[in-house]
Amino acid sequence: MKYVDEYRDGKLAKEIAQQIRKEANPSREYHLMEFCGGHTHAIFRYGIPDLLPDNVKMIHGPGCPVCVLPINRLDAAIELAVTHGVILCSYGDMLRVPGSRRRSLLKAKADGADVRMVYSCADALKIAQDNPDREVVFFAIGFETTTPPTALVIRQAKKLAVKNFSVFCNHVLTPAAISNILESPEVRELGVLPLDGFIGPAHVSTVIGAQPYYYFAEEYQKPVVIAGFEPLDVLQAIRMLIRQLNEGRAEVENEFSRAVTYQGNNKAKQMVADTFELRRAFEWRGLGLVPYSALRIKSEYAEWDAEKRFTIDYKSARENKACECGAILRGVKSPKDCSLFGDPCTPENPLGSCMVSSEGACAAYYSYGRYQERSIKNDADTIATDASQ
Amino acid sequence: MSSKRFSHRLDLANGKVEMIHGSGGKGMAQLIDELFLKEFTNPYLDQMNDQACFQLPAGRVVMATDSHVISPLFFPGGDIGALSVHGTVNDVAMSGAKPYYLSAGFILEEGFPLKDLKNIVESMAVAAKEAGVAIVTGDTKVVERGKGDGCFINTTGIGVVPDGVSISGDRVQAGDKILVSGTLGDHGVAIMSLRENLSFETTIESDSQSLHDLVAAMVEVVPEIHCLRDPTRGGLSATLNEIAQQASAGMQIYEEQIPVREQVKAACEFLGLDPLYVANEGKLVAFCPADKAEQLLAVMKTHPKGQDAAIIGEVVEDDLGFVQMETAFGGNRMVDWINGEQLPRIC
Repeated sequence: MKYVDEYRDGKLAKEIAQQIRKEANPSREYHLMEFCGGHTHAIFRYGIPDLLPDNVKMIHGPGCPVCVLPINRLDAAIELAVTHGVILCSYGDMLRVPGSRRRSLLKAKADGADVRMVYSCADALKIAQDNPDREVVFFAIGFETTTPPTALVIRQAKKLAVKNFSVFCNHVLTPAAISNILESPEVRELGVLPLDGFIGPAHVSTVIGAQPYYYFAEEYQKPVVIAGFEPLDVLQAIRMLIRQLNEGRAEVENEFSRAVTYQGNNKAKQMVADTFELRRAFEWRGLGLVPYSALRIKSEYAEWDAEKRFTIDYKSARENKACECGAILRGVKSPKDCSLFGDPCTPENPLGSCMVSSEGACAAYYSYGRYQERSIKNDADTIATDASQ
Repeated sequence: MSSKRFSHRLDLANGKVEMIHGSGGKGMAQLIDELFLKEFTNPYLDQMNDQACFQLPAGRVVMATDSHVISPLFFPGGDIGALSVHGTVNDVAMSGAKPYYLSAGFILEEGFPLKDLKNIVESMAVAAKEAGVAIVTGDTKVVERGKGDGCFINTTGIGVVPDGVSISGDRVQAGDKILVSGTLGDHGVAIMSLRENLSFETTIESDSQSLHDLVAAMVEVVPEIHCLRDPTRGGLSATLNEIAQQASAGMQIYEEQIPVREQVKAACEFLGLDPLYVANEGKLVAFCPADKAEQLLAVMKTHPKGQDAAIIGEVVEDDLGFVQMETAFGGNRMVDWINGEQLPRIC
């Protein structure tokens, strides 16, 4: 595949890996956080940890949209589908996330609720147009990457006067989450979480640009290298971070210059600003209540705002006490520190959100990396062997 | 068979499946007579008994069954009819056996166009002829409109294993080489390209085909083959994991050696899928002793259904049965079981 294979070249990877080994100072450790789940996935899928020296450690951040959605918002979506009888549309990963009492949208679907997987918000609008006598709700989640398409569709719904369509908005903001991590006691005071630098988001940055990260580099003296989601991008970003740290610099560098500019996508940003406004605070799974970290639909589009259209009862939700998703999302713990990891929590039977999406740290680690932990049993023996295909 | 028994011929151009076609009465007799018997005709079926009675050559008999519920029913490179023959013929052939006979059970939905049914049955007949098997017994049921998805087909196959061949997952052992017969993921991507909520244009066709002749060529030259399996649902990853469990051994494969078409790679890329998890309907995975691997590969490559065959890795000692892959990028990772349907990633 042209323009993709170039960024997966094994030979170049070996060269960069060799450079990293040469440049990494053996007398110190480098703790680098990749914020995005897309990076987490790439790191595991391509086996990048094998190419790094032992003193370069990757910490997986909270940038997995389905992982950070708090359970009560998911419960609310399930309620919309079950109690209000709407056609509830969402992205594939979202359907499997367990809510309270381990109910998920997929389970609600099996019980008769009308839950549909869509590839884009526009598909949900089309479903509304095709079913004029049904209420259709798009369960919108995600960071700045998925927000502009949602904005566009809300505006389209208004323009086309589609009266049976609304959006349950759960869009969240990356910079607020990074601030929250940097301000967390584990990073600032206790030193529990050594954090030397960030690999900055790929797709999110194509929208918001490199500009928002300058604050982190200056205020917190942490280098940020924005990187693409291809494995060579990730390796190159690691090398750039190591160089900055070796030279005592804390700057914003842009490895993903083929797609990310300083300003970002002004048109998309404008459309988002015209359609949404900041919430005073929003609950994140793992991070708790984070001020000004999420968006809601502006009042001029209230008719298409599911939160205004339906009475949604937010009940307090109970999480499994032993589940470490919260600490894992903050980077404080790694998946293998969780007592539930691998038994009983697996991608087939997820107890926490990090085990659901392939971008979640637990799922990525479980699916791609657990062979390295010989103590974790291979769950395959619990799956019926179906040889008769 | 004569159709004079019925006052009007079945309207195969514009007619629809009706409840009477499954009721056991004249309507059903006419459907059998004018469609199934006509297309599948062979001495066993033509006797019109409730069962088929036949002789088999001496040897170990194998039997396999497979139900087909594919949607859409017609897809680039095939349809449910051909697929229902290929699927079961391949399940029989993966024991090293020569397939002889098939049964066919149809579950039809009221209102299903007879024209579509005719196309499906014709396609089954062609596929059976190509595979050298006879469809010797069958069954038809009709369910009310809304209670089926047009047409479901179950087929069961019977075959006989040649002397000296012993193929089973538990014979796989550390040191064996792992081979595939061609490019992976073609079928799954061809089907996905037609799914209602994600249709995209592609020239990829399903690889649906019977592999009995490829298998016959392989076991003739290398009867020591330890295991054969067709990587259908769940793709290569499911097959390797299943066998790793059966054999209590690990697998080490190499991404660069695994044949995948560029178009399949590209489609998987933008759908967020992994070709190793995508279904195939005309490919097999073979395990054989290392010293026979090159010989086996050569046989496969000279066969039209194995031109793109490749050695993709080897079986290693590992009680836990992990399947690992060296990525083209240079790192190592696990190739885990698929969990649920492969769902798209969202960003």
